[in-house]
Amino acid sequence: MQRKTIFPQKGLPYLLLAPQLAITAVFFFWPAGQAVWYAFLRQDAFGIRTQFVGFENFADLFADPYYLQAIWTTVFFSVSVTVLSMSVALLLAALADREIRAAGLYRTLLIWPYAIAPAIAAVLWLFLFHPSIGLLGRGLNAMGVAWDYRLNDGQAMLVVILASAWKQVSYNFIFFLAGLQAIPRAVLEAAAIDGARPIRRFWTVVFPLLSPTAFFLLVVNIVYAFFDTFGIIDALTKGGPGKATETLIYRAYLDGRVNLDLGMSAAQSVVLMIMVIGLTIVQFRFIERRVHY
Amino acid sequence: MQAAPPADRRRRRADLLTHIVLILGVLLFALPVWIVLMGSTHDGAAIGRGEVPLLPGAQGLDAYRRAWTEGAVGTTRVPVALMLWNSFVMAMLIALGKIAISLTSAYAVVFFRFPGRMLAFWAIFITLMLPVEVRIFPTFKVVSDLGMVNTYAGLIIPLIASATATLLFRQFFLTIPDEFVEAAKMDGAGPLRFFRDIVLPLSRTNMAALFVILFVYGWNQYLWPLLVTTSADVETIVIGIVKMIGTESNIDWSVVMATTVLALLPPIAVVVLMQRWFVQGLTDTEK
Repeated sequence: MQRKTIFPQKGLPYLLLAPQLAITAVFFFWPAGQAVWYAFLRQDAFGIRTQFVGFENFADLFADPYYLQAIWTTVFFSVSVTVLSMSVALLLAALADREIRAAGLYRTLLIWPYAIAPAIAAVLWLFLFHPSIGLLGRGLNAMGVAWDYRLNDGQAMLVVILASAWKQVSYNFIFFLAGLQAIPRAVLEAAAIDGARPIRRFWTVVFPLLSPTAFFLLVVNIVYAFFDTFGIIDALTKGGPGKATETLIYRAYLDGRVNLDLGMSAAQSVVLMIMVIGLTIVQFRFIERRVHY
Repeated sequence: MQAAPPADRRRRRADLLTHIVLILGVLLFALPVWIVLMGSTHDGAAIGRGEVPLLPGAQGLDAYRRAWTEGAVGTTRVPVALMLWNSFVMAMLIALGKIAISLTSAYAVVFFRFPGRMLAFWAIFITLMLPVEVRIFPTFKVVSDLGMVNTYAGLIIPLIASATATLLFRQFFLTIPDEFVEAAKMDGAGPLRFFRDIVLPLSRTNMAALFVILFVYGWNQYLWPLLVTTSADVETIVIGIVKMIGTESNIDWSVVMATTVLALLPPIAVVVLMQRWFVQGLTDTEK
């Protein structure tokens, strides 16, 4: 799409674009290029010589059982977070969309958690699930459940999933509610006159109309679970116990920051980049189709 | 008394169920915040012993006073007032910076024709696929080569490019009627005057919506500040809290809770006060 009437100046637009393009070049394209370049290099143990090793870093990466485990951890974690936060959000949005008293108040009270930082969500959940100071953690121990998410793999995973899903519910709620409100009332009335019961009506009429929103949220939630949950994992479990909650992004961070293995860390960056590009393409191809239909 | 017709009764029962589930939903989000809010008014040692308070305590705002001026004893000891200031500067400058450079880029792409226009647009668009997390160490290296570690500039500038904001403004600029531009030209107004007098005032709603989203984005940053800031002078509050709980021994829990409340207030205030623009803006931006 283009405007018909425009301004004739030739130099000015470059000036207007300069700040954004300069930042993009220096902090986006140059480092991304570097990541790709490092991924094909290897430094010797003393950091003196570097040599080109082709795909060796990638081969090593995928031969590493811990990396494969991190992939599995990430998939399990992301699917759980996405399913959990989207279903809770859909339930709440469907109910908040009904014509009931105080509907506006409910909406405000469900939207504000959008403002909570992932790392802060983790701190809030610590006060719930910490084995000695958390409300629920203590309760579980008092009931005879050996609860300590800092020692037990499954419990650690459960806590980071719950905290991550909890933080994302309000985002999903906002989109589901907007999607529901965009459905023409006439469609709903027609379905009601047909005599379909509310729950049946929801799955046969409303949900199909919501599917573009649901699909969009699916991609956003997976990206969120991949990257933005770093703060939650770092604050609650630091990837542990052992490697029980070590996701791909956490592993890349550890390799670069702690183990200072730049080649391997860069190779992991490239793998993550390919995943993001894939997800973005899926999302935009889908949205394009929706715009045209 | 006459019994209500079945349909009516069914509806009333459904309404009741709706209220119950929604109230449970509201509590699910309010309760964790309530716990830290109440805990922050209690004695830290009591919380450490596991007495989780659900009602206000006797200490009043003392934990807030200590957090504000002294920070958490036994850890970094950065006063929370300083952390709050750092977070505020970061969130503000990221939000305003992103809005400013996206406004001018979108204006250039929409209202001018020049060689490289589509290339510039795609260069900005493609940054959507390069979140900071996937290029974190090379980006850190650039920032450290430029001597920007432990500075506001290093914290803020690398995060300031914004594909989403540029796309949103571009979308909006395309809807400004041609007659406006023609009228401006007839009056002899140049592109900069048109930008200031017509485009900026028309974009106010979009700017407000983006401000909320971007302020929250800036305030909530974690991984980037974790790498770029090692000195207390530029420590943000989100990083500060995680450092406080990281030591596990000798923690003054009431100070941690007070700090958590202080970290939550500003972004929540922005979201709640600007809710109308924010909801509209969020659903527009991301589509």
